[in-house]
Amino acid sequence: MAAAVRVEELLAAAAPGEREAPRSVAVEKELELEFDLGNLLALDPNPPPAAGLRGAGPRREAALRALARDNAQLLVAQLWALPAERAGGAAGPLVASLPEPSCRLPREKPPPKPRPPTRWEQFARLKGIRRRKRTSLVWDEQAKEWRRRWGYRRAGGDPARSWLLEVPAGADPEEDQFAKKRQEKRERVARNEFNRLRNLARAHRASTAIPAPPLHPTGHQSRQELGLAARVARVSTASLGRFQPRLPKEPVELPPRGRCSKKRRFEPVLGDLAAERGRQLELLKAMNSKKPALDITRAVNKQLREEDAEAAAAKGKKQKQRGKRGRRQQQRPARGGRKSGARRQQRPAGGNITGGKRKKA
Amino acid sequence: MRPLTEAETRAVFEKLGRYIGENIQLLVERPDGTYCFRLHRDRVYYVSEKLLKGAASIPRGSLVALGTCFGKFTKTQKFRLNVTALDFLAPYAKGFGVAAKSTQDCRKVDPMAIVVFHQADVGEYVRSEDTLT
Repeated sequence: MAAAVRVEELLAAAAPGEREAPRSVAVEKELELEFDLGNLLALDPNPPPAAGLRGAGPRREAALRALARDNAQLLVAQLWALPAERAGGAAGPLVASLPEPSCRLPREKPPPKPRPPTRWEQFARLKGIRRRKRTSLVWDEQAKEWRRRWGYRRAGGDPARSWLLEVPAGADPEEDQFAKKRQEKRERVARNEFNRLRNLARAHRASTAIPAPPLHPTGHQSRQELGLAARVARVSTASLGRFQPRLPKEPVELPPRGRCSKKRRFEPVLGDLAAERGRQLELLKAMNSKKPALDITRAVNKQLREEDAEAAAAKGKKQKQRGKRGRRQQQRPARGGRKSGARRQQRPAGGNITGGKRKKA
Repeated sequence: MRPLTEAETRAVFEKLGRYIGENIQLLVERPDGTYCFRLHRDRVYYVSEKLLKGAASIPRGSLVALGTCFGKFTKTQKFRLNVTALDFLAPYAKGFGVAAKSTQDCRKVDPMAIVVFHQADVGEYVRSEDTLT
């Protein structure tokens, strides 16, 4: 459009005598131009007229304009040579079909960053669930035609159709089933939206996350990183590490101070002093009384367990040496061993009850 | 300032018990007044009720100390006994000294071997001036 206007301006501005003289269509070039008609591109390998382009001024402008005009003339000539047809009948515009572009243009925008997989995607990958392509049209039995799966006039989605809803067997007869259905739909939509936003937040958090030191063992971890890994491993139990036994030199983790822990509640400063004293005395009594009692039983049980373990280990070794026969032969003599004798000491009451009342049927 | 929690009380009593054995009851329950333990800025104070009532009205930031400081809780929640508790522990003490041999060795050693060094504290020479030769 701009070219047409300019031509007319030029013609109007030019002297009436010169209006009749047409410009030459032929262009002389040393080297042929390279054309990429798919991108409407013409590449001119000819060296530019060096003398004409030096220095600013109207002469330079005129030289540049002449160069551009010549190249544009050649490009347009190429375009006219393309196969064209009239679109929309005989009176329609002439449309040329451009070939495939040969130059690959670079990306305009940066490529999309890979986002972390959503919880469903992780699960699907784990289970090996693949997306099954669904048909876009579904046969609607009542309307006897193919309807789309979702959207405007979908199969089975006609609101007028669900004028009747059955009350299920165990439900309250006064309950409004329609309201219930609407409520459920609202809940589903809300949950879907919530999950979508949560996935978005997770992706955003992952993209802006500080690279954390790896917890699995690499060969190049510092002492601090290993300490962090050990601490994380300790806390990663169902009880959050409260009942984890400590390694010999593992330091005690101090309880979280500051704002991290929940608000702790303490006794009042000037509370019931008598009650406080009572509690402390009870605590003292408990502390003093507990000291000897547990030790003995604990020590004895520990000893018994160790003996059991040793016996089991010895049995296992013998079995391996002798094979299947060993198991059958070993069972009888092993029963009347130290184990039962030692146990009788610890549980005299239990032993007597069964031992005293046993009768031969 | 606040009373000790159960865990803290247990820790304190265990430590005290090592020095005065079962006589902690005499500290907790005294015939001449009600005394109690209070925690202020990780330090454990042994303070009488009268003093406590007075100190309760002082704002937390301004209160420096009250009564007698028995010891403090370290960063890792271990209780360290201070020498300022000496006056209260001395009457019930089971003996003061530094172990010369480790616990294991003490069990195996012959009756005449030296097990405990009695190291004098700063005031001992002055206190026991008459008894020392």
